[in-house]
Amino acid sequence: MVDLSTVYLGLTLKNPLVVSASPLSEDISSLRRMEDAGAGAIVLYSLFEEQLRREQIDLHHHTTYGTNSFAEALTYFPEPEEYKVGPDGYLEHIRKAKAAVDIPVIASINGSTPGGWTNFALAMQAAGADALELNVYNIPTDLDMSGEMVEQNLIEIVRAVRNTVSIPIAVKLSPFYSNMANLAKKLAGAGANGLVLFNRFYQPDIDLEALEVRPHVLLSTPAAMRLPLRWIAILHGRVPVDLAGTSGIHKAEDVIKMLMVGANVTMMAATLMRNGIDYLRTVEAEVRFWLQDHEYDSVRQMIGSLSQKNSGNPAAFERANYIRSISTIPDEYARSYRL
Amino acid sequence: MKAPEFVTLDGNEAVARIAYKLNEVIAIYPITPSSPMGEWADAWASAGERNLWDTVPAVVEMQSEGGAAGAVHGALQTGSLTTTFTASQGLLLMIPNMFKIAGELTPTVFHIAARSLAAQGLSIFGDHSDVMLARGTGWAMLSSNSVQEAQDLALIAHAATLKTRLPFLHFFDGFRTSHEVAKIALLDDETIRAMIDDELIFAHRQRALSPDAPTIRGTAQNPDVYFQARETVNPFYADCPAIVQAAMDQFAALTGRQYHLYEYHGAADAERVIIIMGSGAEATHEVVDYLLAQGDKVGVLKVRLYRPLDAARLLQALPASTRRIAVLDRTKEPGASGEPLYTDVLSALYEHMTAGHFATLPVVVGGRYGLSSKEFTAAMVKAIFDNLAQPQPKNHFTVGITDDVSQTSLDYDPDFSTESPQVVRALFYGLGSDGTVGANKNSIKIIGENTPNYAQGYFVYDSKKSGSMTISHLRFGPQPIRSTYLLTQADFVACHQPIFLEKYDMLEKARPGAVFLLNSAISPENVWDTLPQSVQERLLAKKLRFYTIDAYKVAREAGMGPHINTVMQVCFFAISGVLPRDEAIAAIKDTIIKTYGKKGEVIVRMNLDAVDSTLAHLYEVSLPAAVSSALPMSPAVAVTAPVFVRDVLGVMLAQKGDIIPVSALPKDGVYPSGTAQYEKRNLAQEIPVWDPDVCIQCGKCAMVCPHAVIRIKAYDQGLLADAPASFKSTPARDKEWGGLAYTIQVAPEDCTGCAICVDVCPARNKSALGLKAINMADQPPLRAAERDNWDFFLNLPDIDRRNIKVNSIRQQQVQRPLFEFSGACSGCGETPYVKLVSQLFGDRAVIANATGCSSIYGGNLPTTPWSHNDSGRGPAWANSLFEDNAEFGLGMRVSLDKKIDYAVELVKTLSADLGGELVEALLKADQHDEAGIYDQRERVALLKDKLRSLTGAAARQLETVADLLVKKNVWIIGGDGWAYDIGYGGLDHVLASGRNLNILVLDTEVYSNTGGQASKATPRGAVAKFAAGGKPTAKKDLGMMAMTYGTVYVASVAMGAKDEQTLRALLEAEAYPGPSLIIAYSHCIAHGIDMTKGLQSQKALVDSGEWLLYRYNPLLAAEGKNPLQLDSKPPKLPVTRFMELENRFKMLQRSNPDVARQLAEAAQNDIHQRYAQYEYLAARSFAPATDDSKH
Repeated sequence: MVDLSTVYLGLTLKNPLVVSASPLSEDISSLRRMEDAGAGAIVLYSLFEEQLRREQIDLHHHTTYGTNSFAEALTYFPEPEEYKVGPDGYLEHIRKAKAAVDIPVIASINGSTPGGWTNFALAMQAAGADALELNVYNIPTDLDMSGEMVEQNLIEIVRAVRNTVSIPIAVKLSPFYSNMANLAKKLAGAGANGLVLFNRFYQPDIDLEALEVRPHVLLSTPAAMRLPLRWIAILHGRVPVDLAGTSGIHKAEDVIKMLMVGANVTMMAATLMRNGIDYLRTVEAEVRFWLQDHEYDSVRQMIGSLSQKNSGNPAAFERANYIRSISTIPDEYARSYRL
Repeated sequence: MKAPEFVTLDGNEAVARIAYKLNEVIAIYPITPSSPMGEWADAWASAGERNLWDTVPAVVEMQSEGGAAGAVHGALQTGSLTTTFTASQGLLLMIPNMFKIAGELTPTVFHIAARSLAAQGLSIFGDHSDVMLARGTGWAMLSSNSVQEAQDLALIAHAATLKTRLPFLHFFDGFRTSHEVAKIALLDDETIRAMIDDELIFAHRQRALSPDAPTIRGTAQNPDVYFQARETVNPFYADCPAIVQAAMDQFAALTGRQYHLYEYHGAADAERVIIIMGSGAEATHEVVDYLLAQGDKVGVLKVRLYRPLDAARLLQALPASTRRIAVLDRTKEPGASGEPLYTDVLSALYEHMTAGHFATLPVVVGGRYGLSSKEFTAAMVKAIFDNLAQPQPKNHFTVGITDDVSQTSLDYDPDFSTESPQVVRALFYGLGSDGTVGANKNSIKIIGENTPNYAQGYFVYDSKKSGSMTISHLRFGPQPIRSTYLLTQADFVACHQPIFLEKYDMLEKARPGAVFLLNSAISPENVWDTLPQSVQERLLAKKLRFYTIDAYKVAREAGMGPHINTVMQVCFFAISGVLPRDEAIAAIKDTIIKTYGKKGEVIVRMNLDAVDSTLAHLYEVSLPAAVSSALPMSPAVAVTAPVFVRDVLGVMLAQKGDIIPVSALPKDGVYPSGTAQYEKRNLAQEIPVWDPDVCIQCGKCAMVCPHAVIRIKAYDQGLLADAPASFKSTPARDKEWGGLAYTIQVAPEDCTGCAICVDVCPARNKSALGLKAINMADQPPLRAAERDNWDFFLNLPDIDRRNIKVNSIRQQQVQRPLFEFSGACSGCGETPYVKLVSQLFGDRAVIANATGCSSIYGGNLPTTPWSHNDSGRGPAWANSLFEDNAEFGLGMRVSLDKKIDYAVELVKTLSADLGGELVEALLKADQHDEAGIYDQRERVALLKDKLRSLTGAAARQLETVADLLVKKNVWIIGGDGWAYDIGYGGLDHVLASGRNLNILVLDTEVYSNTGGQASKATPRGAVAKFAAGGKPTAKKDLGMMAMTYGTVYVASVAMGAKDEQTLRALLEAEAYPGPSLIIAYSHCIAHGIDMTKGLQSQKALVDSGEWLLYRYNPLLAAEGKNPLQLDSKPPKLPVTRFMELENRFKMLQRSNPDVARQLAEAAQNDIHQRYAQYEYLAARSFAPATDDSKH
């Protein structure tokens, strides 16, 4: 029997199939189905501090707008005894999730203020989260903010959260840093236990009929996997953190590739949204079959076996890789390139 | 007796709290100023609050006050402790049941925030006109004079009703008491418990209808016994006063607060006494104390138990020395020998003349005061005592007004004041949206609950819903405050909006040496130079201390937007020194946490940040030695306005309406139309600016403008010769207007800045797609030039209505709106429909308007929006009541039809004199379009010419009805509260009448005017007042019900979803020769939406299928076609996505997510089912019944 178990953020998972943060985890019954379908762990959808702030301001605005202005209508809404605002709903969701499933539940947080990061992190720990995923999800657009400052802000956030909670912390990163390896090392130094590579931003699109810019959600495609594949390969064994591969992991082969380059776990959401939660069973069975077929004893045996450090061809993940890729371009296109 | 807990609350909450604790069933219906009592009851029940017997009362909203009274009657008959709350017209609707309830000796208490009745005009404000009409019902009537009393007597009434078996009407003054915030000693459960005898409750239950011990009630009685049976109850009335006094005595033993049925206060040897009920008694008490200190022999008798009137006790309460009595009534009974309390006192004196209490019979005079919350001040009380000192005191006098017609009024010295120097008085002028009133309510709480001071707050609001001014009157002092009138002098005046300085003389009431605090963006060094001349004069003459702060900046930096409330509150405490500064700031912060804590940390943090940064921005300005400004105050209306507008309405606009004499006002409530145009409100910080190069001339911006400030004209190019330099024009694009110039012009001083026009504009600037053909820009720099442009634009000629294609929005929108510049909320969803009706049909429309938002923004003085065109024609508008509007309109239709018939008869009678050709043309005129109407008007003009030369009665008669030969529309307009609930019976009858009239229901899905209470139009899952836990049932399908007649034109429209369908429906409705019903979805401030995007809400609503667009035209059925045309596509947006756009749904997700989810699922089901049903009805084959099919 192949041992599919793995260790991620110090947590022992029955397999490396983790459901990444997505709307799928908004429903407790879906979490149960994920566990039943074989998920090793679940990352809950993200709590966005900015959204909470927005919601509180909206609620305040709409319950006070136009009030105390006209004698017959001094208010327009009844005043409930309490509102479920702030992170309460999310914390309750963590509690319900923990009660519903036995696999680890990782809470995901996206703060917008220093206090928001630490307060919410502490509350999530208290609510029973097994670990935290810090979802750093912003686009620096300030012309005066250097890349160094962006990285320093991130490191400060990680350090502050680390100093606040005792549970493991993973940091979900975008690929847009000048030297991921250096940043990874610094984040490990600041107390991160794991890195999740990579976050996918929702990119704006143009609606040509309405002539407007609109946010547009594109689910990941298998091509997206190449970027994290490379960086996990490069980082594995060189920084003291666990690694999670995410983006474009859609089938068992993708999982195996990620594990081989060094991921402790692989994360999926888009494929489950397309194919249904039960698709996890298929992936798990195929991973198991592949390992058996290729006579692996365990997942752990495989992790990092093709990382940059262990591959025997470190250059394959660096510039040489670029040259080799180009050579695969069909001739008719290659003619237009100045090679 | 333990020390009471002191709290600050208003009269409504104080009373509702007692009523809630002491009842099992509460039937509610909204009416100002009593609505908050029902709202409290519903909110408490929704939160599971328990009454004295540890159970949650059943709170049920009814369809009218009549319905509430019926439900109360039923609940009482089946043995529940039951109550209701109402006022004014609502009480009148309860009267039939009240006779029954009293006749059956049933204990209950109705709590009434006493209010004026609609007569020559409606008034929401306080007097005793309503309760006085209940005198004959057989109810005991108990009057409270203050917030403290309202709470205490509410309990005493409940205790007494159980013992006496008489129902009690407990009343207190609307607004003055119901809305005054005061510090009172709160009654605890132990005291309440001690006052209520459970055995009496058991007896009440024992008398209940029960099939286990059946009885028969409500029999029909005959001449043989009815009379005697009516006399059976006399002993209960005879016993009642003693029982009430005993309850008052028991209450005194428990609380230390002793009340008497007729309470005398004053000199033991008083000679002059005022007898009075209600809040005015407290002002009188204050003056009596003042005069006693001067050695005057005066007193006041406060009447608490008005029915049953114990005449003997009343007289006994007066000192035997009394020589002169003034009896004051806060009501008017035209034609009576005197007002009710006056005549009661007279008859009491006469009846007890022989009792020997008085050596000589006192002289008694009666007077009226305080109608519709008219101020009743110490000065007026003094004038009444002075009148009593006259050799021949004036009888049947009025006080507080100048009656130069019947000479009833007493003169008074407005400078007379009895206010104690120990009382701190503060006056705040705020804008409705800036949070001033809320902050002041908090300040009262802070002072009331953190100091030994008593505190009082009273708030005056504007008659307009948008951009309104609020004035807060606050008093604090070591003694209970009896000043039941507005501040006459202030120690502290704050102006939260600098624009007010130009409009109102707000320093008039500042006492010498007082503080003036101004919120201004101008630096402290320069602010002096920006003040109007008269303000500078006041500051110097009164030696005021002048402070300034840029509160907007502080609020903005703290993230609070325009809410300067917290900032100004900190300034008040810092300057006034009512509390030590640190203590005050700590208390403010504590209040912020209490007030906003449940809404989340973010809101708390913003406010706390604002508190912390305020003082660094507060400056005292040193006053220069002399006035330097030449800036005049802005006139309330233009000097060129008509005389009545300038001299009467203008005075009201300047907040000086109290000085208008009787002779200046219309005798019959008839006012000129078209007066809103003279009030330039300058509310908008930003106004729309037209870009002719981008514009596609679709007309949508003008169509949706809620305030009719965006106008379109197409006109001869040559007229541009005299145009102001900045006037914009472009060639008209419409082919039929080839060669004409085209302009979209904004009225810069009338716009409210709602920006809904920008939202709807479909045209984009191709070089900057963020810009449209109409874009918002700062108003102040544009104001002067655009004012000139507007004036020029108004003088351009309108296109001849005969040449306008009315079914095309782009052409139709050049029709002049005859409804303009209303006081509706900025971005109102109702007014675009109303305006469209006025454009299409206004020159021939008579309008019956149900009471509600549309009657308030349509008819609230000073200025009103219904207007007329250059020929003087326009909508003739009237409001009758809330409940009767359909019938009111039907009456108009029947009357007009009768007059038309009569005119036709007369034309026929005079045909020989008039000439056959004219007669035939007149009687057979086709008036289906503007050309036909125009021609008929020409014929009628000719007819009138001919009539002038004719002699005889028929000609004279015809002259007075000839205009009826031109088409006249009747439009019946109202909201969903009217159409779905209180007026539904009448509406149904009118729909069945077959008469040619048009009904426009402005469906906001709540009672908007009274603050958003649920109606049967409220959709499932929405939170509304009276549905605090979310409306559990689906919206009533009024359109479907009307369609079942088969003879009613029915349309369901939403302008934001499909404007062309709206226009088509209105045209078809008017053309249909029978009853038409148009149900128009109207987004509303009570939905909790972004009001600049109300039309997007409408679109999402229709996309979700929550609202269907359709037209049902019986004329199609006559042609063998299916009369129902479904104009909506199948629902494509999940209802939850629509619900996310509106706070009324989102609130439930925040307060009770599980229920929200269940109701959203049910709502989605409703949508699917309803669409399927309509789809089926619209798709089915339809053919008129044939002889064969009938069998």
